[in-house]
Amino acid sequence: MRSWLAQYDIQSAASLDEALLLLAHEPGKWTPFAGGTDIMVLLEAGKLSKRNFLSLWGVPGLRGITHSPDTLSIGALSTYSDLLADPVLQSEFPLLCAAARETGALAIQNRGTIGGNIANASPAADVPPALLVYNAILEIASTRGRRRVDYAGFHTGYKQMDLAADELIVAILLPRGRSDWKQVYRKVGTRRAQAISKICFAAAADIRDGSVHDVRIALGSVAPTVVRATSAEAALRGRPLEPGTIQTARAALARDISPIDDIRSTAAYRQLVAGNLLEGFLS
Amino acid sequence: MPERLMRLEFNVNGTAVAVDAHPMARLLDVLRTQLHLTGTKEGCGEGECGACAVTVDGSLVNSCLVPAIQASGCRVRTIEGMAAAGDLQRIQQAFIDHGGAQCGICTPGMVLAAAALLEQNPNPTLSDMRQGLAGNLCRCTGYMRIFESVVAAMRPSAS
Amino acid sequence: MARVPAIGRAIPRRDGRAKVTGQARYIDDLTLPGMLHGVTVRSPVPRGIIHDITYAPGVPWDEITIVTAADIPGRNVVALILEDQPYLADGRVNHAEEPILLLAHPDKHLLEEARRLVRFEIEPLEPVLTLDDALRAERVIWGSDNLFKTYVVGRGDIDAAFAEAALIVEGEYQTGAQEQLYIEPNGMLALVEPSGGITVWGSMQCPYYVHKALAGVFGLPPEKIRVVQMETGGGFGGKEEYPSIIAGHAALLAWKAGRPVKIIYDRAEDMAATTKRHPSRTRHRTALTEAGRILAMDIDFVIDGGAYCTLSPVVLSRGTIHASGPYYAPNVRIRGRAVATNVPPHGAFRGFGAPQSIFALERHMDRVAEAAGLSPDELRRRNFIKPGQTSAVGQVMRDEVDMDAILSRALELSGFHEKRRRFAAANTSGHIRRGIGLATFMHGAGFTGSGEDHLASTVSVEATAEGRVRVLSASTEIGQGTITIFSQIAADALDMAVDEIDVVQPDTSIVPNSGPTVASRTCMVVGKLLENACASLKRTLADGGYLNADSDVASACRAYVSDHGTLRASAQYQPAEGARWDDEKYEGDAYGSYAWAAYVAEVSVDLQTFEARVEDFVAVQEIGRVIHPVLATGQIEGGVAQAIGWALYEDVVWREGRMANAQMTNYIMPTSADLPPIRVFFEEVPYAHGPGGAKGIGELPMDGPAPAIANAIAHALGADVRQIPVTPERIAELLQGAYA
Repeated sequence: MRSWLAQYDIQSAASLDEALLLLAHEPGKWTPFAGGTDIMVLLEAGKLSKRNFLSLWGVPGLRGITHSPDTLSIGALSTYSDLLADPVLQSEFPLLCAAARETGALAIQNRGTIGGNIANASPAADVPPALLVYNAILEIASTRGRRRVDYAGFHTGYKQMDLAADELIVAILLPRGRSDWKQVYRKVGTRRAQAISKICFAAAADIRDGSVHDVRIALGSVAPTVVRATSAEAALRGRPLEPGTIQTARAALARDISPIDDIRSTAAYRQLVAGNLLEGFLS
Repeated sequence: MPERLMRLEFNVNGTAVAVDAHPMARLLDVLRTQLHLTGTKEGCGEGECGACAVTVDGSLVNSCLVPAIQASGCRVRTIEGMAAAGDLQRIQQAFIDHGGAQCGICTPGMVLAAAALLEQNPNPTLSDMRQGLAGNLCRCTGYMRIFESVVAAMRPSAS
Repeated sequence: MARVPAIGRAIPRRDGRAKVTGQARYIDDLTLPGMLHGVTVRSPVPRGIIHDITYAPGVPWDEITIVTAADIPGRNVVALILEDQPYLADGRVNHAEEPILLLAHPDKHLLEEARRLVRFEIEPLEPVLTLDDALRAERVIWGSDNLFKTYVVGRGDIDAAFAEAALIVEGEYQTGAQEQLYIEPNGMLALVEPSGGITVWGSMQCPYYVHKALAGVFGLPPEKIRVVQMETGGGFGGKEEYPSIIAGHAALLAWKAGRPVKIIYDRAEDMAATTKRHPSRTRHRTALTEAGRILAMDIDFVIDGGAYCTLSPVVLSRGTIHASGPYYAPNVRIRGRAVATNVPPHGAFRGFGAPQSIFALERHMDRVAEAAGLSPDELRRRNFIKPGQTSAVGQVMRDEVDMDAILSRALELSGFHEKRRRFAAANTSGHIRRGIGLATFMHGAGFTGSGEDHLASTVSVEATAEGRVRVLSASTEIGQGTITIFSQIAADALDMAVDEIDVVQPDTSIVPNSGPTVASRTCMVVGKLLENACASLKRTLADGGYLNADSDVASACRAYVSDHGTLRASAQYQPAEGARWDDEKYEGDAYGSYAWAAYVAEVSVDLQTFEARVEDFVAVQEIGRVIHPVLATGQIEGGVAQAIGWALYEDVVWREGRMANAQMTNYIMPTSADLPPIRVFFEEVPYAHGPGGAKGIGELPMDGPAPAIANAIAHALGADVRQIPVTPERIAELLQGAYA
C-alpha cells in the first residue's frame, strides 16, 4: 500500500441532495467514490492524484433496477452482481449481463458499480460497449437540476466526458424492444477472469431475409474511448448479408478504430482480431 | 500532516467493534493491524488475487479495495468467524482432507469464496466452481484439489 | 494388532487445521513491541554511477533511520557462489531495482512517501540488455567477457557423426523469464538481541542460507545468528537465495535503529526486484540415421543470469545436464553458458534450468520426427536411453524404468493417436483448431554431482518425556507437505502413530543443517536421513532393553527419557557407495535418481482471437514410491499449472531493463477458469536410497507441459512454434507472417 493516507480524505453523504450540495459547494475538489474497485487500486499503487473523495456507497435511491414498459432504469450505484440478478436484464439485455459476468470475478462484481465504471472512463471498460449497442441514456443530476445525455456522445476524449464537476450520474436508462436481434458480446482478455480486455466487441443486428436491416457495433480497448463502429455499420445497414458485404464492412471497421501497442497487446493484434470478431458475428 | 481519523463501528464475526481509523484505510488493514485478525491475507494489494477476501453484509468482497468508511455499520465475516473456536465447517475439513490447502496463504480467501459459492449454489458443477473461484488465485494447487474439496463439502442433494 | 503403515496413505494434512482457520502465522502476522517498518530504495536505471543522494522535504527525516553501504558492519557481499553482489550498491548500480539504501520508521505508509522523496543523481552508463549483446561482449559489464560460467560436456566425435548422418535437423528455441508469484510476498523481521546477536524471522526456504549470509554481512560468528522460518506462503525457488538479501536488509536497519524492523515487499516490488526464472536460448543440431536413431546431438544452451552471478552456474549445470533428455546419443556435445546482463539477477525457480533446456529439446524432437517422417512417439521410442547405457555426462543409467510403457500409458490415457487423426480431419473447417502434443523427459533429484556430499546434511530426532518424538531438520514446509510426509516417514520408522510425531519449526538455534529445501531433495534425501535417524533412535531403545512386546514405542521413549534424561539420534548424509563424480571434467553420476515422465497436452486455438487453451492434460510419471497420494498428486497438478502459465500466459515485459508489468493485473497467471482438468498417474519403481523407495518430484512437473503444449499448438495449426509464452499475439504472427 504505497499511499500516505494523511494526504487523502473521504467523506460520505447521507442522501443524494447532500452529495450534490457538497459537489456544488466546492466544485472540482470532491471526486465521487462508488464501489472503489478502480480508485482503491490507484491508492494502493501510490498513483492516486485526486485527494478528496465523496463516498456514494449506500446513498438511498441510487441502487437498483426499475422496469417500465419502454425503459429499464438502472441506478448508477447498482453493482455488477445486481445486474446479473435481474431477470429482465438477463432476457432482454444479454450483452450487458455478459459484460457484468466477465468483469473481474465475484468479489469485484459485488462491489463494482455501473456508474463507477462509466465515470472512470477507461477505454478498456467492459460494460460501455454493451451500453452503446443498447443506445443507453445517462441521467445526470446536480443542484441545477437533471439532464439526460445519450451515452453515445458522453465520452469526448481519453478520460474526458460530458460531466461537470458538480454533476453525478444517477441512472442509466435502457430503451426496451430490440431483444430479438442477433447479439454477441466478446471480451478478449489476457485470461478468462480477472482480466483487462485487450479488445472488447459488442454487436446487435436485425437480420431478416438475408439482409441487415439494422446493426449496432461497439468496441472497447481500440480507441481513446469506447467507440461505435459507425463506418462498419453504414457498410452493412440495408445490405444483403454476403461475403462481399462482410469484407467491405471489415475494411470500414479499420477506419472506426485506432488501436495502440500497450502493456497487454499490440495495435496489429487488435486490428486483426476486431475484424475477425466482426466477421464471426456476421457469418 | 495531521491524520483525520474516524470512529469506525461495525460488526466483525458477530462481535460489535469500534476502532479509530482513517476513513480511507483499507478494511484489510483495519482487520489485520487494528483488530489483530491476521487470518485475512494481503497477496497483491490490487484486488486481483482474492487472498484478502471477506464477506461484507453477506457478499464476498476483496477487503483491500474497501475503504473503512464504507464498512461502517456493516456485518463483516473473516476466516476467523467461519466456525466457532474448536469446530470446523464442512468446507474447512474438506480442504484439510483433500489437499485444498498447500502453502495456505490463499486458503482463508479461498475457503470464504468456496463457502460463498456453496451458499449461492449448493450443487455447483465443475464449470460453476471454475467461475465461482476465478477471483481467488492459487499458485500451489492448480485448483484440482480445491474442486475436490468443494465436492466433498457439498451436501448430498435431496432426491 | 498390526499397525497400518502411514506411508502410502492420504492422512489428513498435519498443518491443515491452522491453515483453514487462519491461525497459521506468516511473517506479516508477526509484530514485536517497538517494531519499525523498513523499505528499500532502489535504482531506477539499469547501470550507472551514483554521484549524489538527496532527501527532499516532505517527511520528518529526523525520525527516519537510514542505512547505506557505509553502515555495513561486516562485508557488503551477499554470500552465495561468488562474491560479486553487494547488499547495498556502493557507488555503482548494475541493474534497475538494485538496492541503494534502506529506510525505517514506525509508520509504514509514511515510509512509502519517504521512499518517493529520495533523489538519486546517477550518471547513466550504457547497459547490456540482451543475451546476444552479452555474448558479443563489445560492452563488458561483468568479469572479462560477461560470462558467469561455461560448461562443455559430452563424448564421441561430433563432426564425424554429422558427416555420416542421413538427416540433420537444426533449430533455435527460446524461453522467457518467469516470476515465481508465490501468493505471499517476501518478508523478514529482524532484531538485535541484548547479547549483540541477530535474530531473524521470515518467509524462506533455506534457514541456513540466511544464517550464513547474515554472519557475513555482520561479521559475526555463527552462534550469534538465529534464523527462524515462519509459515511460508509458497516459494518455488523464489525464496531459496533471495531471502538472504531481505533478511540482511531488515537486520541492518534493526542494527542501526536499535529496534526490531520488519520489511514486507508489496507485490509490485517483489515482482520487479526479486529473482525470476532465467530466460534461455537453445540451439539444437541433431544427426539421425536412416533408422531414426540419434547419431549425434550438438546443443548450445545459453541462459541470461542478470547482473550478478547468484546461482547461475548451478542453474546452468542442471540445464546443461538435462539438455539431451531421456535419450541415448553416442555422440553428444553440450555447451552451456550463463551470461551477465544489466537486469535484476535471475535465480532459482522450480526446475532450475531443466525446464528451459527440456523445452528446447522436446519441441525439437517433434520437428526431428516430422523431418524423419516418424510420429512424435515413434521417434522417441527408438531413442530412449536404456538401463546400462550412458548419459551425456557419462552416468550409467541404472533405473529399471520402462519409458516405453510410461509413454504408452500416457498415449492411451490421453487418446493421443485417435485425437491426432480426428483433429487433423476436423481442423479443415470451423474457427477452432485442435491439437495434441507430447513430451517425454526425466528429472534428476538432489544436488548435482558431489553437491550432496558437500552439503553433508544432518537430521536429528529426539524423544520427549511425554513419549512424543520431535523431528529436527532445516527442511521447510512451503506447501509441498514436508511436515506431513516427515510425520509419515518417522511414524513408520519408529512404529509410532503419526500424531505422536512433532516436526519442529525450523530454527537454526534448534535444528541441524539439513541443507536447503530445494532440488527435489526434501523427501528423497532428507526424508531418508530422517528414516535413518529414527532407526538409530529405535536401536538405542532396543539395545537398552526398553522395547518389548507389551509396550509401545511411546512408552519406551518415556521410560528411557525418565531414566537417562535425553534420547536423541542423528543421521548425516554419507556419499553414496559406488557413486563417482568428477567436478573438473564435469562427468559421472550426476544424480542419485531420476524420475521419468510422459506428458500429453490437448489444446484448442481460436482462429478469431488466436487464443490457445489447454483443454485436457495427462501427466504420467514414475516416482519411486508415492508417500502421500494427495500430496504427491497436488505437487504434480500445481507444477503442471505453473508450467501452463509459463507456456501460455506469463510474459515479463521488459522496458529499459525493468519489468514494466509488475502487477498481478498485467503479469498473468492462470485462474481456475483458465486451466484444464489435470489428470495425474503414478508408477512406482522403488529407489533403494529414498525413504520407502521415494524419489524427488517437486520440480519434475515443471519440465514437460511447455513443450507438450508447444507441440500441440504446432499440431493444431501446422505452425512452427519456437518460443514461449505462446501468446495470442505470437500465434497471430505465426499464422499471418509480418503484418504490422
